[in-house]
Amino acid sequence: MESFTPIASTVGGVLIGLASIMVLRIQGRVAGISGICGSLLRPSRGDVGWRVGFTLGLIASGAAALLLSPAHVSTAGAPTLALTAVAGVLVGFGTRLGNGCTSGHGVCGISRLSRRSIVATATFMAVAGVMVFVTRHLLGGGA
Amino acid sequence: MQTLLGTLAGLVFGAGLVISGMAQPAKVLAFLDVAGNWDPSLAFVMGSAIAVYAPLYRYIIKRTTPVYTQQFMVVANHTIDRPLLLGAGIFGAGWGLAGFCPGPGIVSAGSGASTGLTFALAMVFGMLLFEAYQRATAALARDRQDAGAASSGA
Repeated sequence: MESFTPIASTVGGVLIGLASIMVLRIQGRVAGISGICGSLLRPSRGDVGWRVGFTLGLIASGAAALLLSPAHVSTAGAPTLALTAVAGVLVGFGTRLGNGCTSGHGVCGISRLSRRSIVATATFMAVAGVMVFVTRHLLGGGA
Repeated sequence: MQTLLGTLAGLVFGAGLVISGMAQPAKVLAFLDVAGNWDPSLAFVMGSAIAVYAPLYRYIIKRTTPVYTQQFMVVANHTIDRPLLLGAGIFGAGWGLAGFCPGPGIVSAGSGASTGLTFALAMVFGMLLFEAYQRATAALARDRQDAGAASSGA
């Protein structure tokens, strides 16, 4: 993994920041992906269209990436499908319980200096780091 | 129009995830692997996103109102409670296990990758599980309240 990409990652981050600003300016809401998509499971009138659009935009960008630069959506290094499914359930449940994910807490919340978001981000980063340490170095799984 | 603008925002957000490297589990896991061959790239994603969002956020909520809603729906909740910590912990465990958080998971599903599709479907299932959990705890709280009211009334 000798692929340090500070420039591409900065450019990507700027786009993420701008897209989040669009959501704020247009809908008056925090751009948290788990909230934008998760709220569709409990839809409220007049608040569905933009959420569906946003989710479709995410899906379309994945499809576009496959055509333009498949390496950018390579899933190499991911665990087995069974473990991926377990991870998906944890991410779905955890982000709804904790009211946010990397975008809502990590980007928007920290930008607002929200104490809740700072604590939440520190928590999920730390737990994710421990999880990687355990699977890679203690159990000797992945790369 | 609202849906169209939402789609545009989703496309820009997704492009950001793709370009930044967030949609590659290998890169995410390398970022989280501080004890291994650490790749700090993804710190630049969060750093630059915040550098863009923070100043514009301040300007926008002071000087404007949202185009399509009455007011900014930004929570002013400061309580660090158990659901927040527990939820963040459970999310972190899943993120560290697969290398996907919600946005990149959906992007990966859009690319047609079986890993991404599996992750996204499982994530929706996890969210539905939470809805059920929330309904169950709300019902339990109501029962307790009813029981309390009944016993105090007796």
